[in-house]
Amino acid sequence: MTFVDTYPKATRIVKATFIVAFVALGLGGLFGFIQALHRTDTFRGIIDSTQYYDLLTGHGVLLALVFTTFFIAGLYQWGISRSLDREPEDLRFSWGWFWTMTVGTILASIAILGGLVPGDGISAAVLFTFYPPLQAHPLFYIGAALLVVGSWGATLDWFFSFWKWREDHPDDHIPLQVHMVLFTMLMWVLASLGIAIEVVALLIPWSLGLITNIDPLLPRTLFWYTGHAIVYFWLLPAYFVWYTILPKLSGGRLFSDSLARIVFVIFLLMSTPIGFHHQYLDPGIGMGYKLWAVVATLLILLPSLMTAFTVVASMEHGARQRGGSGYFAWMGALPWGQPAFAGCALAGIMFAAGGFSGMINASLNIDTLVHNTIWIPGHFHLTVGTAVALTFMAITFWLLPQLTGRKLKFPKMALAQPYSWFIGMVLMSNGMHRAGLAGIPRRTAEPGYSGFSFEAPFGSIMEMKIQIALGGTILFVSLLLFLIVVVGTWWAGAPAETVDDAIPPALSGPEHTPKILDNIKLWLGIAVVLVILAYTLPLADMLADGIFQPGVPPSPM
Amino acid sequence: MHIHRFEKLWIGLSLFLIAAFISIVMYGFTVLDLTVPGSDRGGGTVDAMNLAETPFATPGVRKTEDGEYEVYMLARQYFFQPGSGQSLTLPAETRVTFKVTSPDVIHGFQVAGTNINSMVIPGQISRFTTVFSDPGEYGILCNEYCGAAHHTMEGLIEVVPPSEFDESNLIEQ
Repeated sequence: MTFVDTYPKATRIVKATFIVAFVALGLGGLFGFIQALHRTDTFRGIIDSTQYYDLLTGHGVLLALVFTTFFIAGLYQWGISRSLDREPEDLRFSWGWFWTMTVGTILASIAILGGLVPGDGISAAVLFTFYPPLQAHPLFYIGAALLVVGSWGATLDWFFSFWKWREDHPDDHIPLQVHMVLFTMLMWVLASLGIAIEVVALLIPWSLGLITNIDPLLPRTLFWYTGHAIVYFWLLPAYFVWYTILPKLSGGRLFSDSLARIVFVIFLLMSTPIGFHHQYLDPGIGMGYKLWAVVATLLILLPSLMTAFTVVASMEHGARQRGGSGYFAWMGALPWGQPAFAGCALAGIMFAAGGFSGMINASLNIDTLVHNTIWIPGHFHLTVGTAVALTFMAITFWLLPQLTGRKLKFPKMALAQPYSWFIGMVLMSNGMHRAGLAGIPRRTAEPGYSGFSFEAPFGSIMEMKIQIALGGTILFVSLLLFLIVVVGTWWAGAPAETVDDAIPPALSGPEHTPKILDNIKLWLGIAVVLVILAYTLPLADMLADGIFQPGVPPSPM
Repeated sequence: MHIHRFEKLWIGLSLFLIAAFISIVMYGFTVLDLTVPGSDRGGGTVDAMNLAETPFATPGVRKTEDGEYEVYMLARQYFFQPGSGQSLTLPAETRVTFKVTSPDVIHGFQVAGTNINSMVIPGQISRFTTVFSDPGEYGILCNEYCGAAHHTMEGLIEVVPPSEFDESNLIEQ
């Protein structure tokens, strides 16, 4: 008896979300591969430099918005059902949010891919930040809005389950996985209000021609109100895996239940009021808000540093249970031959590196050197592109048998997958970070300019390009390995007699956890107050001269 | 709630690290002369659809009353004006204040290999002051995606010794 037998209804929802997630992953990854070859001038036979931006939009939207949101929806539905021991309360509602998100994804994809078809009048080469006055086809914005609204539906669905469970368990601690789900989703709903207002109130009417001129700074600010917190919406589900599943995969137990909850509480409080660090170099925003963003952004290092401690401590505990010893030698006792463990552990190592480049981005003084250079995608391919994506892929290897009742097919390919991703990302990210220090910009189809050339602080520009192209190629091969294992298991995996899906309790369990950490209303209230404090004055400044002033007409893309 | 002593130590060290980072940045922006463009940096707003009535109608280098130089520049799809086509000539070892805006979409203004880096947003004026210490050629590029030919948006700054700087090309006030 495993998840699919106990919760067949929830399983169908999880599977449906995973199908959309993996289709988006495959397509978005293919686009990324083509881009890596194109912009390094390695191979340019597929697209021209104008179409590069259609593909870049597809890469960002399909991976950062669609793959993440759908995978998170499936992962969290799994966590809710197993932790609360409940099927979804009302399947019509559950399929409602699934199809809202899916229709939104299809509409946005039509708008983006329409740009590759000449003469159809549909295009959306506005990248995943879609800064006005760059203007996409209305379908793009409508699709984005549906995706966000669908994710709110999922949130409500999980709260329904939680409230029902609460009726029967009035005095229990919220189960740890459920605590993490609820706090992540509250943070996401609070954070996604910015993008929802931007898209629904400004961009949809504007793209339909109901409004002509738009003030570019206002939607940009609303976007980044959501745009930084969204990275924690991607990251917290990876933390969910690292805290609640990785210790078991290591052979041990979570170190501390309380600290896991504290970390999620801090993320609810601190994720949203720091969006201005993406606007450090914007005119039109005061220095005070920027310096506040420096402080708050660096403070949010704390929960991630705490996570590093707990995760490593839990892994060490597991390794010692498996017979490991010594100060460092215990690491050798970890199950490096198991793909789910190896993927999560390698993702964690890469996240440490991504954290270091993030500290540099957060520091206003040196951010001026790397802002909008290819250093930035170098950074977030370590964080969302590895810490999140590789964790999601790795835990898929562990979840699939529970969802299908089948054994993992092609275990050697599954084992090669996280290691090849790691190697590919080391190369690509290294090349990107260092090329950024040389001043090479992000978001460009060409490797250089006609009037001047870049000088590498160390190494050579050519060697960096080779690392980017080679790394991108290895990453694409790794992605194919992943998809082959998933499809193979799903269709042709041998039936599994037993599935090991048990998760042992934490060493310091919920009985040691203060009740206040479960107080959802309290923490949500403080989070709202912090957002109001951080955003009221700057938004009032921007609106003082009128919502659409100073305005400019649209520039259709 | 039980917190292991190693974990307490780790949290303490983390907080120290964070405090150190914050202090370093604050030191740069209070004691040292670091700055970034911003609404309180003298830029202000401008009507992007009516630049003809502003100094941006005649972009170029001007001399201010106190003997410094200022550059009014437009970043637009897909060139810098001045800077693209013909290079922008500036004197070395002299304070130069840039005022950059855009009549169309959001652009970036970056001088390759330096920390001169600013967003350029229609309706807002990015104002920043810099000193080029060494003569030579500096590439300008747009580092924010601005449309189909974004990758061609580039320019050049030619920095000459102050004695060789030709003031006859300045824009009259």
